[in-house]
Amino acid sequence: MSNVIASAPTQPVARPRSYARYVGTKVLGALGSLMFVLVVNFFLFRVLPGDPARTLGRGRLKSAEDIAEFQREYGLNEPLPRQFITYLHNTLTGNLGDSLRYRVPVSELILDRLWPTLLLVGTSTVLAMVIGVWLGVHSAWKRGGKFDKGSTGSTLVLYSMPEWWLGLLLIAVLAVGIGPFRGIFPTGGLHSTGVDPSSVEGVLDTAKHLTLPVLTLTLAYLAEYSLVMRSSLLDELGEDYITTARAKGLRDVVVRRRHAVRNALLPTTTVSAINIGFVVGGAITIETVFSIPGLGLLSQEALSIPDYWVLQGTFLVASAGVIVANLLVNLFYGLLDPRVRT
Amino acid sequence: MSVTDTELLTMQGVSVSYQTVEGPLPAVRGVDLVVRAGEVVGVAGESGCGKSTLVSTVLRLQPRDAAVSGLVEVLGQDVQTISWGDLRALRWAGASIVFQGALHSLNPVQRVGAQIAEAIRVHEPGLSQARVGSRVTELLEQVGLTGARGRAYPHQLSGGQKQRVMIAMALACRPQLIVADEPTTALDVMVQAQILDLLGDLVRDLGVGLLIISHDLSVLAEVCDRVLVMYAGRVVEAGTSAQVFTDPLHPYSQALSGAFPRIGDPAARYAPAGLAGDPPDPRALPSGCSFSPRCSRAVDRCSQIDPPLVEVAAGRPVACIRVGEP
Amino acid sequence: MTTTAAHTISARTLARRRRTDAFRRNWRIFRTNRAGLLGLGLLVFFILVAVFAGLLVDSDDLSLTSAPGGVLEPPSSEYWLGTDDSGRPILSLLIYGARISLFVGLLATLMAMVIGTSIGLASGFLEGWPAAVLFRLTEWFLVIPFLPLALILATVLGRGLFNIALVIGVTSWPATALLIRSQTLTIKERPYLERARLLGASKWQQVTGHVLPNVTPMIFANTTLTVAVAILTETTLSFLGLGDPTRVSWGTMLEGAFSVGAITTGAWWYIVPPGVCVVLVVLAFTLVGQALEAVFNPRLRSR
Repeated sequence: MSNVIASAPTQPVARPRSYARYVGTKVLGALGSLMFVLVVNFFLFRVLPGDPARTLGRGRLKSAEDIAEFQREYGLNEPLPRQFITYLHNTLTGNLGDSLRYRVPVSELILDRLWPTLLLVGTSTVLAMVIGVWLGVHSAWKRGGKFDKGSTGSTLVLYSMPEWWLGLLLIAVLAVGIGPFRGIFPTGGLHSTGVDPSSVEGVLDTAKHLTLPVLTLTLAYLAEYSLVMRSSLLDELGEDYITTARAKGLRDVVVRRRHAVRNALLPTTTVSAINIGFVVGGAITIETVFSIPGLGLLSQEALSIPDYWVLQGTFLVASAGVIVANLLVNLFYGLLDPRVRT
Repeated sequence: MSVTDTELLTMQGVSVSYQTVEGPLPAVRGVDLVVRAGEVVGVAGESGCGKSTLVSTVLRLQPRDAAVSGLVEVLGQDVQTISWGDLRALRWAGASIVFQGALHSLNPVQRVGAQIAEAIRVHEPGLSQARVGSRVTELLEQVGLTGARGRAYPHQLSGGQKQRVMIAMALACRPQLIVADEPTTALDVMVQAQILDLLGDLVRDLGVGLLIISHDLSVLAEVCDRVLVMYAGRVVEAGTSAQVFTDPLHPYSQALSGAFPRIGDPAARYAPAGLAGDPPDPRALPSGCSFSPRCSRAVDRCSQIDPPLVEVAAGRPVACIRVGEP
Repeated sequence: MTTTAAHTISARTLARRRRTDAFRRNWRIFRTNRAGLLGLGLLVFFILVAVFAGLLVDSDDLSLTSAPGGVLEPPSSEYWLGTDDSGRPILSLLIYGARISLFVGLLATLMAMVIGTSIGLASGFLEGWPAAVLFRLTEWFLVIPFLPLALILATVLGRGLFNIALVIGVTSWPATALLIRSQTLTIKERPYLERARLLGASKWQQVTGHVLPNVTPMIFANTTLTVAVAILTETTLSFLGLGDPTRVSWGTMLEGAFSVGAITTGAWWYIVPPGVCVVLVVLAFTLVGQALEAVFNPRLRSR
């Protein structure tokens, strides 16, 4: 009676085009977020008490002509919509104002200080992800065991710690040294004096300077990954398809890797998107503690004057960076999870 | 369907008990079961009666905190004590399980064809990519799907299609014994009929032994040779499917059988359907017969004696002291 | 209900009884979570310290001019945790600092919860474009990296306790809003809500009478976790120099320690204790919050 078996109504199988559509949606979303950030940035400006020209141009604008010039350049006398257009035009052409402290264009400052931050944040994020996921997987696999308890306990403590305080402790122990143990790392800065940064010796020197900051940020952020991975993996291990995989005769290691972890990576990827915003914040405090001349330190320095243009500029760059990073994470997620593509 | 004498699955006195903080929880209590080649055996019972736990012992898939006693022999091997390597070889190639595909028995991020291929590669690692691919297509066609379906992800398939995929996957390594755990639950009636026909055909064409678990007695009546009825971890009645369905002896089987309407039987329309109450909590089983609190024919003796499984006729074991009494 | 029948219980009494039963049940479940109990114990300890700070600390200890100790004295029998760069005993500063850290944390959380819950409820419950707009707004806000935004806001608003709380509150609401929204969406599908609608309940009645009571447990657990984040944030903002200069908080203590180079001079008693206090309080709130989550979501229990 095999011919009685009817096939179910046909449904289209996923075509590669649907990933393209997914990418399109996400890119549009990112552009929307970017627009929102530009608007928020614009209004932050307007919240300033007092006359913007006087506050922002403080110390630089002496005569009435200077003030008028300043106002014209930044459209401060015009109706709000026109001001916004001017602001947009300025921002998109790279005119982010001039620093009150350094008297140079903010865009120049930002470009100068960009790469140490990228290096710091990039390395820490990658390390935090890799180590955190590894810890989470092994904690979940031997749930309740000593490794799990130890790992969960310590990550919880790290999670409750301000990352810059951890940095201070690490400096105290590993850079300054306690008692008989002398410190082995520099206490701050990016380069030792007298060393050419682009030479091999210089690169190693830079790496040595970045070790403690990277270690601090990594320790601070791996907690989130570890905790989420552990919890997601425990969720997945309870699912029916795991039993199916074991019933097929697969080895436990393979079941874990190919089925459970693969699925548990999905929520972990989502979390990494949220984490990026925090890592950016961490860059500010860590660069302050370790005196790394990056965007974070630039922001912190701008607080004292306050150097409004710099704060605005770094805010914009940080937000744009987070949006782009989020977009990349989302695109990667689309490759991992076929369900979002249809 | 010719039933041979080869016993593919033998269960003798199988008991499964979960270790909990409050003490051991008996899920299965002394079950005997045999499935022969070419035979279809059904196990019926409400959810919570222990049938799924029983089935999990066939390939040693019971949860870590479950203690199994008694003999579970598959293709002559004692599944609970053989080595890990032998167990892995037995899994899927000796006996396979058709899980409820409509739920989450398939990996959501892997194409279904790849999941079938995975089973093949475990047991026949030397096979070339092309050979594996053609076997997957063959299997899918055998269950009424096209080969192209293999490229789909589970969420793109309907419940019936996913169930067919599970069946195709269960056949992948040419097992001699197949266990189907609730193969038609969560499917609509039309699709149920198709799946049952498919299973019946496969048994006939391939000569495998099939063990079906279901809470739906009518499903089992349709396709099984023999049926066992379970309640609170024990077998309370067994017989041919015709016997159990049309002439149930145990009050529980009677209630189960009456719960499913029979077309053409006017009395069924007026008889009260369904069974009041809930299955007993395994931690606090009623004294005597565990069904007595819900039984319409219970007397005082029933709560004092736990009725043993006794053959009231050839091949007709029943666990009730009131059988034969008015 | 004013009938004279002997066994009628008013609806209100019934509801109250059900609530006390639920509370007792939840407490019993909470009690089994040892980590949660530890957290609760720590919390009670710190709250008591903060409340009784005035009794525990002599006001001279906090003054910059008439402080009793010498500059950066190491721990001794007189000053158990040593002194800071103005001669003030660290222990006294810690006790007083607990007040500020807890106060700002709670105030900020209150703001974040009010904003977050309102927007979450609205975007989950309403239909059409208002809900969509609110949702988009929440998502966009979530993307903005919070510390750079907080820096600008704090600079613009100026230093001060209330301003710090406002800055934290205004930047922390999106996470709560998303959570409440997804809960609301689930509850919206439930049959009792449909029944209420059919019986003519207005939107406001539906939300306050049905949705809110069911979302409250989640709000409760989320609030606790939010306080943890708020306290961490206040400490960070104070460390960066945005705290209230007239008050002592653990963050301002660490700011002081950093600015006088306490690490390099080896004055560890100025750096370690405030940080340890922050870690303990944040850990306490986190453990309690996780335990509460497990109470209200059975799936999380056996972790």
